[in-house]
Amino acid sequence: MGNILIKEKQIVVPGEILAEGMDFLPANGAFRENDKVISMRLGLVSVNGRLIKVIPLAGKYVPMRDDLVIGKVQDMNYSSWFIDVGYAQDAVLNMRDATSDFIERGAELSQYYDIGDFVAAKITNVTRSKMMDITMKGPGLKKLVGGRIIEVTPVKVPRIVGKQGSMISMIKKYTNCQIIVGQNGRVWVSGKDPSDEHLAVEAILMIERLSHISGLTDKVKSFLEKHKGKMEDVQENTNFQGERK
Amino acid sequence: MSYKRPDRKEDELRPMEAKVGVVKNAIGSAMFKIGKTIAIAAVYGPRELHPRFLQNAETGILRCNYNMMAFSGSGNRVRPGPSRRSKEIALVTTKALEPALDLTEFPKTVVDVFIELIQTDAGTRCAGICAASMALADAGLNMKDLVCAVSGGMVGDVPVVDLDYDEESYEGGAVDIPIAMMPRTGEITLMQLDGVLSKEQLHEAMKLAKKGCEDIYNVQKEALKAKYKEE
Repeated sequence: MGNILIKEKQIVVPGEILAEGMDFLPANGAFRENDKVISMRLGLVSVNGRLIKVIPLAGKYVPMRDDLVIGKVQDMNYSSWFIDVGYAQDAVLNMRDATSDFIERGAELSQYYDIGDFVAAKITNVTRSKMMDITMKGPGLKKLVGGRIIEVTPVKVPRIVGKQGSMISMIKKYTNCQIIVGQNGRVWVSGKDPSDEHLAVEAILMIERLSHISGLTDKVKSFLEKHKGKMEDVQENTNFQGERK
Repeated sequence: MSYKRPDRKEDELRPMEAKVGVVKNAIGSAMFKIGKTIAIAAVYGPRELHPRFLQNAETGILRCNYNMMAFSGSGNRVRPGPSRRSKEIALVTTKALEPALDLTEFPKTVVDVFIELIQTDAGTRCAGICAASMALADAGLNMKDLVCAVSGGMVGDVPVVDLDYDEESYEGGAVDIPIAMMPRTGEITLMQLDGVLSKEQLHEAMKLAKKGCEDIYNVQKEALKAKYKEE
């Protein structure tokens, strides 16, 4: 019979023994050694039935297929663009994935995306050695014009988006801004009023800072209400991806 | 010639302090202080590795840098910059940390660890390894375990742990054995020996050092957790 040695939501360090016995299975952030389940990183423990995982508190972006990311055009050649998505290597945006327009032979590619432009794109493929292909074809994928981009720790993205996008749609509602959250930790905020943009940025940075404590939604809500006054709850339908599958 | 420690027991470490997140620019950082020795470690990356022939398509690699600051000694100015000694220590530090670290998620990249000693009183490579392993954990990298390091040894004919500079240069002769250990499994990832001693004395010194490592592990663990405890 196995037993758990830690409490739910406890902070653990790498190498800490989480459970003994074969009744428990290691999920993300944990591994098995003989009959023990052991933490692999600094994070919060989450027990779901027999599965034990460690939710990371820090870490760099690891690209995965189907991630929505915000990237910066670094370089281009005759048929593709190279996009920095916050990983060690640049992602490749091929011409045929770049736009639905017809691109004439020998056309100047900088008229579509120029060096220094920011784009919201989707990762279509990642090889074992982490070479990435990305596409601009899909709902919500576009060149980002205006607004501002902030960087947060990528592991905090699920908290910023919230359950079924609840957190981010609340910020959108209160600040009246367009917001795109990339899985790579870049957030694009664009609003008509610069002070609204600023408020949205403040709220997002607050989530990043306090992401490991509970009752965060209420804290963010009261912060927004302090600045914008009370608003009624409206349930919106969003298609944001929160935690990865 | 029998040696007696003036201020602590033979199996006692110097007072320790540890703090995580001391360098905000780095993705992970830590300070580790033991007695008068203070080490700061900062982690950057995983980032693209150049020149390309050093890249490994299967995994990321670890690269450590060790440096004693010019004012860190007692009296004489330490000559700054890389030396034969600091390059060797950087190498053994890398080898001591590698077994605990898993960088397969980041192929073709490098993780840089910069270890700076701002004040030294012997035991610098051990303090550096302790700080570096905390900094790597703080950076959110996958690890099998933390790494703890301390020196065991003999001063005169007395087995001791965690030698300071006066003890290392004891006129009756001293032996210094820095070790690094993964505390969960007890695996040794670094062991060096400077001096002459018998087999029995070696076992005695190793026993003291291993016990010291476990004390250090608790300090490291507390420091890592303390970063997220506040508020």
